[in-house]
Amino acid sequence: MTFATLQRIKDVTDRNVLNLQEAKAAGKHVVGEYCIYSPMELAIAAGAIPVSLCGTKNDSIPAAEEILPRTLCPLIKSSFGFALQDSCPYLSAADVIVADTTCDGKKKMFELLAQKKPLFLLQLPQIQNTDAVTYWREQYAKLWQFYEQQFNTRITEDDLRNAIHLMNRFRSALKRVFDTSCSKPAPLTGMEIMECGFRLSFMSDKEHAIQLLNDLATELEAAPASQEKKRAPRILLTGVPTGLGSHKVIELLEKSGASVVCIDNCTAYKKTTLIIDEHKDPLTALAERYLDTPCAVMSQNPHRYTVLQELAQRFSVDGIVDLTWQGCQTYEVESYSVKNFVRETLHLPFLHIVTDYSPADTEQLNVRIEAFLEMLA
Amino acid sequence: MFVAGIDIGSVAAKAVILDAQTLSEAAFAVIPSGWNTREAGEQVLSAVCQQADITHSSLSHIVGTGYGRIALPWADKVVTEITCHARGAAHLFPQTGMVLDIGGQDSKAISIDSKGNVLDFIMNDKCAAGTGRFLQMLSGLLGMTLEELSSAAEQGTPVAISSMCAVFAETEIIGLLAQGTPPSHIAAGVFTAIARRMRTLFGRIPLRGECTFTGGLASSTAFARRLSQELSVAVNVPPQPQITGALGAALIAAKLTTTPH
Repeated sequence: MTFATLQRIKDVTDRNVLNLQEAKAAGKHVVGEYCIYSPMELAIAAGAIPVSLCGTKNDSIPAAEEILPRTLCPLIKSSFGFALQDSCPYLSAADVIVADTTCDGKKKMFELLAQKKPLFLLQLPQIQNTDAVTYWREQYAKLWQFYEQQFNTRITEDDLRNAIHLMNRFRSALKRVFDTSCSKPAPLTGMEIMECGFRLSFMSDKEHAIQLLNDLATELEAAPASQEKKRAPRILLTGVPTGLGSHKVIELLEKSGASVVCIDNCTAYKKTTLIIDEHKDPLTALAERYLDTPCAVMSQNPHRYTVLQELAQRFSVDGIVDLTWQGCQTYEVESYSVKNFVRETLHLPFLHIVTDYSPADTEQLNVRIEAFLEMLA
Repeated sequence: MFVAGIDIGSVAAKAVILDAQTLSEAAFAVIPSGWNTREAGEQVLSAVCQQADITHSSLSHIVGTGYGRIALPWADKVVTEITCHARGAAHLFPQTGMVLDIGGQDSKAISIDSKGNVLDFIMNDKCAAGTGRFLQMLSGLLGMTLEELSSAAEQGTPVAISSMCAVFAETEIIGLLAQGTPPSHIAAGVFTAIARRMRTLFGRIPLRGECTFTGGLASSTAFARRLSQELSVAVNVPPQPQITGALGAALIAAKLTTTPH
């Protein structure tokens, strides 16, 4: 890592597990979350620490395949494998898991996971309209009660307002960092963008995370332009979540000379868009904003296209790569519509990559990626 | 001044030497890749130099392509086979709008503009069904060379091979043989299955201009005919379809002699 603050983030987040265990020993409750639709704000309002759970490594997949079908997406298999092996320290620390019925594979896996740990399953509507918001708000109200019972506490509206304010500050700081890549050339590599978002998602102390992000943004905004990246094609990566262990496509793109300037997925840029209206009824504002998240499970999924258009312009990208995990039906099917939109409306070159977490297809991916970059040259 | 293009594929290593000014072909060579990519590169380069009766050092530029492209220490530039097949096909058939390439482990549909630049491409997924590897398996199973398979396939009535995976297809074929299905029917069935796999790639990219078929499998006229029927379009087949990628690499090498890099 080239920037001093990035190194600080790395050092601080290396202590993520330790800090979480210390907080737990001091009596704090821990809420483990898998999906962006599970609102961290409610957990914070309940006085608990929300953390992301592991699901980006290939190592845990063989264990999962003893129970789950091999054709299931690697994200679900990896997550479940970690639980089976008890190899995710965040999951071990979690008092409860909050999950949602994002897709068929996940919801059936969560049935199995619920046998291991108290699990609250949010029933996610798959349409974005006022009926769905009403229903979704009701789901969040049930989660509110669940926390009160589990943690034997009372959550007030003010608690939620404070939590919303904290997370809004976190997301704004994250956005400030990611938006530094709008400049040409981008100061951060795609790998750094990914790693930064990934590491911070496991950090318990949000206030500290906000401070680190703002320090990083300040350092990046003042940094002189890197000469070596000046001619690198600027790529927007869209599609499924990525993290350390499932980063191979970002790495291959950058090894082949591209600069990944924006990662439009729920482990990176999508997090920055969840800025909640602080003047409304907090639970309604929360439900409205979260349900608007453009995941391929939504039908229709109109925001996917408006977001892509906005990001492609703001980050001045030269091409768009759509990454989908093998077995992720919704993203795989949607890729066809995304391709047509990118070609016909954005007039940008487009590459669809279907893969899993394993390194088995590295050479095949290299051919596709290099040929795509040759096309842009 | 001479330039060379070297294409190290999963099955064969190919090399082409061109006159950089006239772009006329001075020599070509094809050898099996074997397991040692670096050695295959050395060997095919010396074979093609021998053919052209020139020394390695008199080549002004060399461009490498194919899976072994990174194992060629003397290459001036490395380009993917997608770009190279596009250049090669456009050079041989200037009206080409779509290149279909079936190689040892990949099949591709490549959409190109009139200058041979790639506009879009699509490759088969990880699976080997629909590639040269599938035919290699069949050739081993039936004890026939590609030429023998071709003539057998022309006489046979295609049986349905429904497995989408080369490994399962092998099991299916063993089953068919056990039932007494004639090898010619099986060969015809496999040819049809590969052509159909190609059709699904082909259908994902709109066709403009002519269709040119490259790669080792294109040297089977029986297969080229089957593919043309399956796609319902005429296909151009180069005289040596297997060297189209190496030719494209040599054409890119010729460009390097005029543009400083």
